[in-house]
Amino acid sequence: MDERKETTQKPAADTPCLAPGSGRDIEAELQPPVDQVDLVVIGGGPAGLAAAVSAWDAGCRSLLIIERDDRLGGILNQCIHNGFGIFRFNEELTGPEYASRYIEEVKRRGIPYLCSTMALELTQDKRVIVVSPKIGLKQIQAGAVILAMGCRERPRGALGIPGTRCAGIMTTGTAQRLSNLEGYMPGRRIVILGSGDIGLIMARRMTFEGAQVLACLEIMPYSSGLTRNVVQCLQDFDIPLMLNHTVIDIHGKERLEGVTIAGVNPDTRAVLPETARRIDCDTLLLSVGLIPENELSRQAGVTLADSTRGPVVDQYLATEIPGIYACGNVLHVHDLVDEVSAESHRAGQAAVRWLEAEKKGLITRAVLKHHAVPVIEGKGVRGVVPQFIEIGQPDAGLDVKDKWRVGFRTDGVYKGGAVVVKADQKQILRQKKLIMTPGEMVLLDLDPAKLADDALKALTIEIEGEAEHG
Amino acid sequence: MNQITNEPLDRQADKTGQDKPPLLYDACIIGGGVIGCSIAQALSRYDMRIVLLEKNTDVSEGTTKANSAIIHAGYDAKPGSEKARTNVRGNRMFEAWCRELHVPFKRNTSLVLAFSEDGIKGLAELKKRGEANGVEGLHLLDRSQLQQREPHVSPAAHAALLAESGGICCPYQLTIALASQAVQNGLDLKLSCRAGRIRRHQGVFEIETSKGVVRSKVLINAAGVYADEINNQLSTYTFKITPRRGEYWLLDKSASDVFKATLFQLPTAMGKGILVSPTVDGTLILGPTAEDVTDKEDVRTTQEKLVEILDTASMSWAEIPRHQFITAFSGLRAHADSNDFILGFSPDVPGLINAAGIESPGLTSAPAIGQELAEMAAGFVQAGKKNSYQPAYQPAVPFREMSHQQRHQAILKNPQVGRIVCRCEQVSEAEIRDAISRPVGAATLDGIKRRTRAGMGRCQGGFCTPKVISLLSDELQVSPLALTKAGGRSQILTGRIGQIDLDHKENTHHG
Ligand SMILES: Cc1cc2nc3c(=O)[nH]c(=O)nc-3n(C[C@H](O)[C@H](O)[C@H](O)COP(=O)(O)OP(=O)(O)OC[C@H]3O[C@@H](n4cnc5c(N)ncnc54)[C@H](O)[C@@H]3O)c2cc1C
Ligand SMILES: Cc1cc2nc3c(=O)[nH]c(=O)nc-3n(C[C@H](O)[C@H](O)[C@H](O)COP(=O)(O)OP(=O)(O)OC[C@H]3O[C@@H](n4cnc5c(N)ncnc54)[C@H](O)[C@@H]3O)c2cc1C
Repeated sequence: MDERKETTQKPAADTPCLAPGSGRDIEAELQPPVDQVDLVVIGGGPAGLAAAVSAWDAGCRSLLIIERDDRLGGILNQCIHNGFGIFRFNEELTGPEYASRYIEEVKRRGIPYLCSTMALELTQDKRVIVVSPKIGLKQIQAGAVILAMGCRERPRGALGIPGTRCAGIMTTGTAQRLSNLEGYMPGRRIVILGSGDIGLIMARRMTFEGAQVLACLEIMPYSSGLTRNVVQCLQDFDIPLMLNHTVIDIHGKERLEGVTIAGVNPDTRAVLPETARRIDCDTLLLSVGLIPENELSRQAGVTLADSTRGPVVDQYLATEIPGIYACGNVLHVHDLVDEVSAESHRAGQAAVRWLEAEKKGLITRAVLKHHAVPVIEGKGVRGVVPQFIEIGQPDAGLDVKDKWRVGFRTDGVYKGGAVVVKADQKQILRQKKLIMTPGEMVLLDLDPAKLADDALKALTIEIEGEAEHG
Repeated sequence: MNQITNEPLDRQADKTGQDKPPLLYDACIIGGGVIGCSIAQALSRYDMRIVLLEKNTDVSEGTTKANSAIIHAGYDAKPGSEKARTNVRGNRMFEAWCRELHVPFKRNTSLVLAFSEDGIKGLAELKKRGEANGVEGLHLLDRSQLQQREPHVSPAAHAALLAESGGICCPYQLTIALASQAVQNGLDLKLSCRAGRIRRHQGVFEIETSKGVVRSKVLINAAGVYADEINNQLSTYTFKITPRRGEYWLLDKSASDVFKATLFQLPTAMGKGILVSPTVDGTLILGPTAEDVTDKEDVRTTQEKLVEILDTASMSWAEIPRHQFITAFSGLRAHADSNDFILGFSPDVPGLINAAGIESPGLTSAPAIGQELAEMAAGFVQAGKKNSYQPAYQPAVPFREMSHQQRHQAILKNPQVGRIVCRCEQVSEAEIRDAISRPVGAATLDGIKRRTRAGMGRCQGGFCTPKVISLLSDELQVSPLALTKAGGRSQILTGRIGQIDLDHKENTHHG
């Protein structure tokens, strides 16, 4: 038996943990037990990369990106379709192309990063414990931290779809990784549950590869994906999008043999048993929601918002723990990577300003949250970010002259409605919108000048108009 | 019919000479659940040739993988029954047994909750019954004592019976460890090997299996819900096993520190109640329901029962955090019509030993049943104990249980320890490779899951599945396309990208 045990001890025959290129390989420089780094960025996806680039450009020279995967780029590496970068670069790029633009920026600046390195723990005083096959376990004392860990997919269990527990059921992201990075097909006759963007993209991808996508089911009266994806991924391939439908049972002992689907009441979402019918299929792909990956944030004591399941932040992307910032999908799930980059640039800058202010001794806990005005989710509004607007802290050097960006989703489809922002009772902004759907984040830019009111107690965002179905 | 096609047997025959008759085992166990493996582990201490037949690709794939995992104190069963006797004995043996096998066990105590004045009387009766069964450490608690022990328990609970000896364990890790220690000590473990027709001929059992005929002097029937089919082929003392399904919900680790003890509900006219319990993995389990089914493989979950669990469990725990569910599953109790365990020699078939009708508290009783039945089998063939016995295989300490210092040292020695494959449960590549190459190693995705917890956490394998597939493929030297979730036709992948799927095209043409 000993000889078997030994086979597990053989060294990993793997690739070096830093991607090739001109980036600085800092493995050799890191010495146990504790390193001091001004800014640690956790996650090397588009959010982490953009935050690091901005932090560098804002003058920070002691920073480090920690990435769990073997390469930088995050989820974009498996998104081989195009549609990325239309806003940021004015071109349609694939996911890997978009990522490589930022990776080049990181390498050109010589920003240090560690791949195959997982941040295991984060403490309130910003000590990061990381682990990697090459350097072992290491503690890094950070001056500031940017959380950019992205999100994960909701599994079947979280939905409680009854039935058997056979092979052939997986999330669309897993299927995407298997097909686009590993080169394998997850199935032949496929039903997709959930019409989020990943589900839509995978419907098309699987069709390209010769699978039959039988239906894409959505429990809500509207798709939660981008309209362009509904058109380009389903309609162009005659894949039925069945709104107000869900899977109510799963059949098959070894591999999936079929699912029972049923319509639901659009108002209560209660299953309509008389509409139940079986679809024979060998694969069920789930695209039923993304959950920001906040285990580390929780450890550090960062407050999380119920409606986004991401950290509570102010308009500078500062969490309630001084010096810890958050951006990208870990903060709230974005539709477009372009917006992830934009948000993360702001987080990078703000973190550096905070570091500078702290070094000058300008920051105390009392200064922070000096005058935090809550942003309230009014009628029709869900998942607002930031949850607070920090008004007037010029002393702390945190004042950013740009407009303050607020993002949220509507709770239904609104046609011809408007977004209204109220400062206490006073309306300070009203924007008409042709259409608002929960699948597309609404972004507003608030003018700081209009909010510089010391007596301000709360901002409220609400939707004018009635939600409609279907 | 007696032609031996079984591979290991052929090899054995070659070694001992061409003309020798096929190997005759001293004992053959049917069933690789906790009961069969407990018997095998105990038997492997004797100087005997033993074989275990399991129809699934792994041990512990039957009822043993899906139950409440409670080590019952023993107040439940009727005094004088086999259930009561083996439960109380088994409970006393459990802790040392798990320690010896390097698998988790925790004496977290049990509480039976009563929700009415009447219930308080019920608790007193339960206490009396427990004492009659020989259970020690039973105490009645009033509401304030209960609230003090478990502050999150629903205020609706009036009183409770505390059982100090109640515990929790990990049934599948236990069973894998048992099988592996038995194999280290000479057990011939035949997986994917279903026992079919059996006859007893000139004092020898001849068991037709999917891998040829197996011959043995003693036959031990530990076939779980199928135990009636084995026994009834041979004996006129027939019995019937009814599969009685129990469904569960499992909650994420973030809910783990809510309760310390296992919370039962006092059975009422309304039903047996639903338990809420921490698991040794730090998750929380809610269940089980009870429903007789006809199909012995029917382990689905149903909408109706999943709702029932929540409704009933909320009596014990008012604020169940519904967004923290990570999975639901079910298992089948092997309910015998006699309502008790059927243990020991068949009255009319010499050498046939039954371990049948092993529903709850079968897991708790497993160490006692294993020891007692092994003794019977050894006595039948008059075998003595071996002089030496290999200790249980000790898997590497899981990454999540190491201190920072241990982690650092371990990674410097073996970089694979520093490669985290399953992020939710923090399982390293080294653990996955060990789970595959250790004795009774994993060959499927579920096998990896049960040995390491990779894929059992909050993302349920979304992140690690592709990595585990490639590690399995590497260690076992098989194509990822051949890998399964749990054996049989449970393939995970259906083809390569860019390859025209001719088989499939044909199939669809023919309808
Ligand atoms: C299928 C799909 C289709 C999409 N289509 C489009 C599209 O057409 N157009 C578009 O604009 N956008 C699209 N997006 C969205 C876009 O990809 C995401 O918004 C973007 O990738 C989010 O960036 P992020 O950096 O926040 O997260 P991620 O890309 O998920 O990056 C997070 C990174 O953090 C790392 N990490 C996490 N935890 C740790 C830890 N503890 N230690 C170390 N590292 C850690 C992860 O490994 C990962 O690399 C799509 C996304 C998907 C999944
Ligand atoms: C819902 C539920 C809750 C429970 N809770 C508890 C609890 O909290 N505490 C407790 O102590 N007990 C509990 N139990 C009981 C406990 O789980 C069982 O007693 C125990 O797992 C039975 O183990 P076994 O080995 O007899 O059966 P199994 O694990 O079912 O093993 C039988 C094996 O035999 C194999 N087999 C069958 N036929 C053949 C054949 N022809 N050829 C080859 N192989 C064959 C099967 O594949 C299977 O692997 C519970 C049971 C259920 C269902």
